[in-house]
Amino acid sequence: MKCLGTAIALAMALAFGTQAASAQMLAAVKERGELICGANGTLAGFGIPDPQGNWTGFDVDFCRAIAAAIFNDPTKVKFLPLTAKDRFTALQSGEIDVLSRNTTWTLSRDTSLGLDFAAITFYDGQGFMVRKALKVSSALELNDASVCVQQGTTSELNLADYFRSNHMGLKTVTFATGEDAVKAYESGRCDAYTTDSSGLYGERLHLADPSQHVVLPEIISKEPLSAVVRHGDDQWTDIVRWTHFVMVDAEELGVSKANVNEKLKSDDPETRRLLGVEGQYGEPLGLTNDWAYRVIKHIGNYGESFERNVGQGSPLKIVRGLNALWTKGGLQYGPPIR
Amino acid sequence: MTEAIQGSVQGNPPRPARRFGSIALQIAIVVVIGVLAYGAITNVVQNLARAHIASGFGFWNNTAGFDISQTLIAYSASTSSFGRAFWVGLLNTLLVAGIGIVLATVLGFVVGIAKLSRNWLVARLAGGYVELIRNVPLLLQLLFWYNAVLKSLPLLRGSVTLPGGGILNNRGLFLPRPQWGPHFGIVVVALIVGLLAAAVLRRLARRRRERTGEDLRIFWPLLGLVVGLPLAAFVLTGFPLSFSVPQAGRFNVSGGVEILPELGALVLALTIYTAAFIAEVVRAGVLAVSAGQIEAAQALGLRSGAMLRLVVLPQAMRVIIPPLTSQYLNLIKNSSLAVAVGYPDLVQVFAGTVLNITGQSVETIALTMAVYLAMSLFIALLMSLYGRATAIAER
Repeated sequence: MKCLGTAIALAMALAFGTQAASAQMLAAVKERGELICGANGTLAGFGIPDPQGNWTGFDVDFCRAIAAAIFNDPTKVKFLPLTAKDRFTALQSGEIDVLSRNTTWTLSRDTSLGLDFAAITFYDGQGFMVRKALKVSSALELNDASVCVQQGTTSELNLADYFRSNHMGLKTVTFATGEDAVKAYESGRCDAYTTDSSGLYGERLHLADPSQHVVLPEIISKEPLSAVVRHGDDQWTDIVRWTHFVMVDAEELGVSKANVNEKLKSDDPETRRLLGVEGQYGEPLGLTNDWAYRVIKHIGNYGESFERNVGQGSPLKIVRGLNALWTKGGLQYGPPIR
Repeated sequence: MTEAIQGSVQGNPPRPARRFGSIALQIAIVVVIGVLAYGAITNVVQNLARAHIASGFGFWNNTAGFDISQTLIAYSASTSSFGRAFWVGLLNTLLVAGIGIVLATVLGFVVGIAKLSRNWLVARLAGGYVELIRNVPLLLQLLFWYNAVLKSLPLLRGSVTLPGGGILNNRGLFLPRPQWGPHFGIVVVALIVGLLAAAVLRRLARRRRERTGEDLRIFWPLLGLVVGLPLAAFVLTGFPLSFSVPQAGRFNVSGGVEILPELGALVLALTIYTAAFIAEVVRAGVLAVSAGQIEAAQALGLRSGAMLRLVVLPQAMRVIIPPLTSQYLNLIKNSSLAVAVGYPDLVQVFAGTVLNITGQSVETIALTMAVYLAMSLFIALLMSLYGRATAIAER
């Protein structure tokens, strides 16, 4: 099993190797010539290969943004599909450089795994999907229902908490992958399927008849989805973190993929600092000063990536909601570039 | 070297100097391995601490927080610990392994002997079964049985009600849960007494047969002891048994004993797969019995059933038991494929969910491997004891 393989690799590395020193991630990635990114592989809108085999998705685009910042080429990324079970082991053992796989930031994951959560790219929450035929309009009516869930996720824990605090009986059926869980839900093995709300919309698209299924209105938890890196290399963490922030700042300043070349000639001091026309904001990160320009030119700003992958320009049609800019009532806020 | 060999052939031990050298070398190798292992373990602990990855078994008593779909002991998401989840997973694995071993042995023996039958159709069917099942990977067979089992069962709306109050649908098989009355202990005691008495009776009958050749028909007395005695106790203590019948609700069936379709699919797949291998092992054992034995048995006038039971199988067991042990161990290890169908066995619960929640992959995987090792060594020990107990004393 893949998880056992990566766990044994981790054990071997820990037993007979010494820990890599800090501030070497960027050098290692540049030497390798490509970024290795942990992705989902089966989640529509976030990380999935298209029929031609090219990786697409919101989390995928984030990794491509990091690659654009380093190499000025968003295709210099290798994607490794990971299940919920082996994603952290793969990152801990050094198999991947960054994990961009709809991973929720929690206290225990931040403190006891030796990992850092660089930036919240998507504010999400957990929901339920049921068949319309059950005539259920609220999650509170699911007393004694069977619920399919993916093993080892925060969804599994939140599910138990929610049903317990509402004094409802619960039968959980857990599966190793989200795909198996959805298949079991579709076959009628369980009444409801639960995962992050964004994932529900994505999985619904893959069902035989999406119109027969409805997502219930309740959001039962906070799921801040974040990119994850290893402890110990602050420069690498900064690169990942600020890649997200420049994309948010670019949307705030009105810089997009289409107009980024014109914006190079702009008089606005913030835009000039963002695109590297003024200031030396790339060198402390080990990158060129126009690294943010590279990100916007190849990937676009946060809003463009959102709409293209999971928003109105995609089959999922998720509204910005909490992921709107802070100026529009959402939570996406980029610290100033200065 | 030649002297040592000649010496041991004649019954003399090798010369003292040689023996000392050999012992010293073995001690040195053990010490080197011990030092390497100790160094590796301390290195792991140090590296984990330096990378700020939590290590040790401190997580054992933390609240689990997740639900398990089949628990043979009391377990609750809010109050049970990860340690309790470990025991739940372990018991589920033992359940699957136990049922699988028993059923696979029975089916394997039947198919193995059927393959040796003189009936052409029976032999070919058994041969076809063995060839097909042995050559398809177990994971594929398991997924096949899971989907076949699930797809053929009705949805909750169309549940089949079985005579006796059971309910069958694709959530599982729900049987009436027995509830023990006050004097049920007496029935259990009667059952134990009956089993012991039956064992004694079999021993006496066998000794009589070996002494005088008279084959006592003890089937009905045995049955009377094992079944009749507890039954009599049951009647005399006033039928201390009632059943709580499962009820179908809006989403699920409540009450009653629940048998998950995942368990059914796993047992089915493991049984059918391992039985194919056991069939070949049994066939090899039977063929290993020398032809002279069979001819002698036929000359004595034994029919094929009695010949099989009294002459062939006891001698065949010597050849069957070691590979049979291997097949049992394979079955126990293959039960970890429960991950693929969502059955909460040890690997799924502990080396899956608990590993992901706590992030401590080294400890959980190491403990899971140690548990499988302990189970396998235990089965191997039992089988070797059985083999020694039933071995034919050679002259």
